Amino acid sequence: MSLFKKQGFQFFIFFGVFALIAGIAHAEVSAETQYVFNTFLFLVCGFLVMFMAAGFAMLEAGSVRSKNAAAICVKNISLYSTAGLLYWLVGYNLMYGVDEGGFLGSMSVWTADDMAVGGEVPDYSGGYASGSDWYFQMVFCATTASIVSGTIAERLKIWPFLIFTLVLTGFIYPIVGSWEWGGGFLDANFAFSDFAGSTLVHSTGGWAALAGAIVIGSRTGRFNDDGSVTSFPGSSIPLATLGAFILWLGWFGFNGGSQLALGSALDSVAISNIFINTNLAAAAGVMFAMITSQITFGKVDIVTALNGAIGGLVAITAEPLAPSIGAAVFIGGVGGILVALSTPLLLKMKIDDVVGAIPAHLVCGIWGTMIVPLTNGDASYFGQFMGVISVAIFAFIASFITWAVLKYTIGLRVTVEDELAGMDVTEFGLEAYPEFNKS
Amino acid sequence: MKLIIAIVKPFKLDEVRQKLADIGVSGITISEVKGYGRQKGQTEVYRGSEYEIHFMPKIRMEIVVDDDMVDPVSEAIVEAAKTGQIGDGKIFILSVDSATRIRTGETGSDAL
Repeated sequence: MSLFKKQGFQFFIFFGVFALIAGIAHAEVSAETQYVFNTFLFLVCGFLVMFMAAGFAMLEAGSVRSKNAAAICVKNISLYSTAGLLYWLVGYNLMYGVDEGGFLGSMSVWTADDMAVGGEVPDYSGGYASGSDWYFQMVFCATTASIVSGTIAERLKIWPFLIFTLVLTGFIYPIVGSWEWGGGFLDANFAFSDFAGSTLVHSTGGWAALAGAIVIGSRTGRFNDDGSVTSFPGSSIPLATLGAFILWLGWFGFNGGSQLALGSALDSVAISNIFINTNLAAAAGVMFAMITSQITFGKVDIVTALNGAIGGLVAITAEPLAPSIGAAVFIGGVGGILVALSTPLLLKMKIDDVVGAIPAHLVCGIWGTMIVPLTNGDASYFGQFMGVISVAIFAFIASFITWAVLKYTIGLRVTVEDELAGMDVTEFGLEAYPEFNKS
Repeated sequence: MKLIIAIVKPFKLDEVRQKLADIGVSGITISEVKGYGRQKGQTEVYRGSEYEIHFMPKIRMEIVVDDDMVDPVSEAIVEAAKTGQIGDGKIFILSVDSATRIRTGETGSDAL
């Protein structure tokens, strides 16, 4: 039996090497084939990332009290919709219409430019259908907005939230993205490296959420005069767990698709390695978050374990390709520990983060970005720091100003009476679970 | 006639119901309630902070029986609902002035 296994293994090695050589030997697949496979990658990974919107919705619906579960569902589907519309109207061209080394792209509506492919002599030099790229980038923009809704749940009115989402997805995120992925100053001048968006997506969303939590304030009754904290346990741990699993699934599209090409065997090897690193970073995040909370509280904090998965995923997102599997486990595991330690720290600072998005997306986003040079020799700690700090300053201040303007014009919060009664009834006139007993 | 009110642990409900059916009790009303006695509450952990649950979920059973059934019913409830752990619950016995079956208009023991 063991002999058979060994022979099988040798055969595998032989065949693997053969396949690799064959891949290099046949690197010149037709341009059309490359074009199709690249487009395919964007579309498949794009709809995986789109499904993360469902993951956020379920994670948040399970994390709010049942009297606000319907309200958070409305916010999630409308923020996803707002993000798509704004990314079409201004976002994409603001992000990718930037000059090399620049700070700001062009303000214009995105239109597909695939004329070359349909010509008499088809030209595939674009590499992929432009619509597939727009779609893939759009769902990243929506992810940024999804991060915000959970932190400031249970007290923020729907329309001011959507106006903020409009500013975030139409302007703040695309401007931040242009600095790196659009070829702006972070990419050109600092060799900043952020593979799939630990900083550009997750920290940007995290900074927007933090600014929101500060401007809006905590939920009524959350922090008491004697310094104690009142817990508001979420409506459904199973729903939150489903949400975390959906996010985990979607993340394979998020990181795998960020290879941006599937036109060669080497690309397929890279994407496979990204999948493994992404998966094991999340796994390590869960386990180390569980162990940390067991030590801190004497019990496993379930929602922190779920956020441990997200923290591990965010941490590996800055560089999911270069690390060895062991390094990926280390990066994700530290992410899980950071989630478990920074969650109670936020409470001490009296910042009320309903779903724990700030520990998972912001803290782990910074960690993942700063640790890139450990495994990727092309990045420097200085360059990474410049990226983190540039995004921090811009995203936080722009978000803070937007929240503040909304607060002092149309107002952000529902009234205390409405908050206590629950936003499902007071804002939307229905209940998430009308046939359940209240307790 | 007596009204027997029993507070028991929720997971003991089925055993108690079976035992009472075995000794001939013909009707039980239950409700899901919360409360505390010597058990007080318990500590839970949620998102980075510990918190106290002061009221524990219990089942409240209401059973109306003839006087001669009070002792067997009480004993059956104790036997079925006892775990020996704190929080097993309590039994209260009150007098009942009258009973009426709405469908037929029967009163007293016949209505039970």
